[in-house]
Amino acid sequence: MSEHHNPPKGLMRWVLTTNHKDIGSMYLWLSLIMFFVGGFMAMIIRAELFEPGLQIVDPNFYNQMITMHGLIMIFGAVMPAFTGLANWMLPLMIGAPDMALPRMNNWSFWILPFAFIMLSSTLFMEGGSPNFGWTAYAPLSTTYAPNSTTFFIFAIHMMGISSIMGAINIIATILNLRAPGMTLMKMPMFAWTWLITAYLLLAVMPVLAGVVTMLLMDIHFGTSFFNAGGGGDPVLYQHVFWFFGHPEVYIVILPSFGIISTILPAFSRKPLFGYTSMVYALGSIAFLSFIVWAHHMFTVGMPLVGELFFMYATMVISVPTGVKIFNWVATMFRGSLTFEAPMLFSIAFVVLFTIGGFSGLMLAIAPADFQYHDTYFVVAHFHYVFVPGSVFAIFAATYYWLPKWTGNMYDESLAKVHFWFTFIGMNLTFFPMHFLGLAGMPRRIPDYNLQFADFNLIASVGGFLFGATQLVFLFLIIKCIKTGKPASESPWEGAEGLEWTVPSPAPYHTFSTPPDIK
Amino acid sequence: MTYEPYYVPAQSPWPIIGSISLFTLLFGGALILQQYTTHISMFAYICSIGGLLGLIFMLAGWFNHVIIEAHQGLYSAQMDRSFRWGMIWFIFSEIMFFVTFFSILYYIRMHAVPNLDQNTNPVSGLLWPEFKQNWPLLQNPNNQLFPGPREVINPWQLPLLNTILLVTSSLTLTIAHHAIRFNQRIKTIIWLALTVCFGLAFLFFQAEEYIHAYQALGLTLNSGIYGSTFFLLTGFHGFHVTLGTLILIIILARMIKGHFSAEQHFGFEAASWYWHFVDVVWIGLFLFVYVL
Repeated sequence: MSEHHNPPKGLMRWVLTTNHKDIGSMYLWLSLIMFFVGGFMAMIIRAELFEPGLQIVDPNFYNQMITMHGLIMIFGAVMPAFTGLANWMLPLMIGAPDMALPRMNNWSFWILPFAFIMLSSTLFMEGGSPNFGWTAYAPLSTTYAPNSTTFFIFAIHMMGISSIMGAINIIATILNLRAPGMTLMKMPMFAWTWLITAYLLLAVMPVLAGVVTMLLMDIHFGTSFFNAGGGGDPVLYQHVFWFFGHPEVYIVILPSFGIISTILPAFSRKPLFGYTSMVYALGSIAFLSFIVWAHHMFTVGMPLVGELFFMYATMVISVPTGVKIFNWVATMFRGSLTFEAPMLFSIAFVVLFTIGGFSGLMLAIAPADFQYHDTYFVVAHFHYVFVPGSVFAIFAATYYWLPKWTGNMYDESLAKVHFWFTFIGMNLTFFPMHFLGLAGMPRRIPDYNLQFADFNLIASVGGFLFGATQLVFLFLIIKCIKTGKPASESPWEGAEGLEWTVPSPAPYHTFSTPPDIK
Repeated sequence: MTYEPYYVPAQSPWPIIGSISLFTLLFGGALILQQYTTHISMFAYICSIGGLLGLIFMLAGWFNHVIIEAHQGLYSAQMDRSFRWGMIWFIFSEIMFFVTFFSILYYIRMHAVPNLDQNTNPVSGLLWPEFKQNWPLLQNPNNQLFPGPREVINPWQLPLLNTILLVTSSLTLTIAHHAIRFNQRIKTIIWLALTVCFGLAFLFFQAEEYIHAYQALGLTLNSGIYGSTFFLLTGFHGFHVTLGTLILIIILARMIKGHFSAEQHFGFEAASWYWHFVDVVWIGLFLFVYVL
């Protein structure tokens, strides 16, 4: 309530807090920790694939690593990072005193560390952690599942509860707490993307909860949802999972669209090109994401009409996505561009995400997908949308808003080092995977044919480079907090938005009375 | 322009108590599920029961806190809207939860089961040449592993009674809702109490039905996809009715204590929204699980 109320001291400040900035920071730190945990698993995977043959881990452990890497990166690194950014920035951007439901906000966060304790505990159980891939296809996750699967299922439930409460909070905040005068179509683009993302979360997290509950029942209660012997169908699992799974991939990309739409105008010193079309494109993408799920399972044996429907519906998504890409390019066109770290990551996002989009378009062609399915081409595709998509956007956002969070400027030259090595490492890792996939190397296998050795070696070297570079990122953040030069209220020349009207670092309570919107 | 301040609560212990309790409950629950074929350890019981108690303690404490704040007049009209949006979108997520289960029922009935029959899909004949598609499915493809039910529930007995009970309860709740708007406290209490009774009666008959299904009809979780979908849908619905009834009982107690007024009774409204939601789900269940 009171404007000059200072945060309490000690650990309990963080445990009991209802402050959106505290909670945002905790989300971001959790995300960073999980990014390193998941990244460490990626290093194990790349080390095993460094050369043909089995050398470092046994195949079952390899399967556990790919499963946990996927789960931790999606649910632990990318999603909490975006929720953290939403927590920190949305109230500042729309002129709200805090999130709409501050205590529930704390609960959304504090469920997560426990969920990841639950998930990670499976690594130390007899029989090991889940080893069926993050998609948990039945019957690998039922009849042939390790004992620890129950803990995995409950961990997913906890993450789901957290996401649903987080989404409700974001919707209530955006719909109800905007400063007077800020109409929906005057909202910053980041708020728009998060509003749509929150609806996606609300619509599909319950579906995930439902489908893993059915796994639980098949394992423990004798039901036969995914067992044809009882009249069920294992393919049903895939349908329901991907009904969640496809909107999920938009959940982890839409907020980055918002970030890029914020940063590109700032460093081009031009307003965002085509704001209204951006909003409609977002809406279209969100709608279409519900009717394309079966393109993940073209080879499972669907009727021809199904293959055709899902192929064309998927291709239609490239229209609104194309609108966004062209708008971003048009935003930069004839702007006076400068290339600070947030801008570098954003430009790399536009270029590399487009590559990921194109390989997605290739995969969407059902007959061609029969060749690509479950090969490294798919691995290359989704890493091209996750890494330079979601992760680069998170890096860009971090650099862009670090001065607002910490009150200090980060080390720009070190950030450029971080960018270039990340950029090179990422492309070295994932670009060769396109060739590996087209040549037929299957995914999720720890060993491979000799003909794939060269490209795998390159990918592993790139992976280690990428991984090591992230330590620079960690160092850079700590350095910024400890010894960074003090930043002004609005350190970026071209940046606009309410968040730049409050001091840096942002005071503990901001906008207790809403600002005037012209 | 005047502005009513938006209440941002100070630090709260309830979320962390909730997180720890939820974790303990689920961890203990997972241990029980893992150990029930051999020997369930004391530790597993302590975890799950302790977690459950902690969760109940958290809910009671948290809501108590919110009620006190509401009575202190800390909540503005804007805060009220936040609560409303919160409840509406929570119910939306619950609807999606049930949409999932209805969808799997349609998929099973219209696609999965017909395709196991070799008259629809010749390949299935290689595995189960005897299998004939049917709904309700009394003979499963593999009857050793999943012995089919002898019979299924007759929709025109208990389920019809339950339908009448729930529809009536929605009606009585609406009467109570109208009464509270006109500040008719006693009338509200009577109709609300009646709603709770209907809810409890529904749960009683649902339990009767389950016992009958297990003991007389051989309709169990293990009796193939009919039993699986039947218990999944009715079970989760029954769980929601249980929650809804508990919520209504709490609201009734608060009503008797005089917590609500004609102007301020969002707790009552949220509970009634929730109750109407479980009611609508039941109509879907009655049609697609029992009748059709």
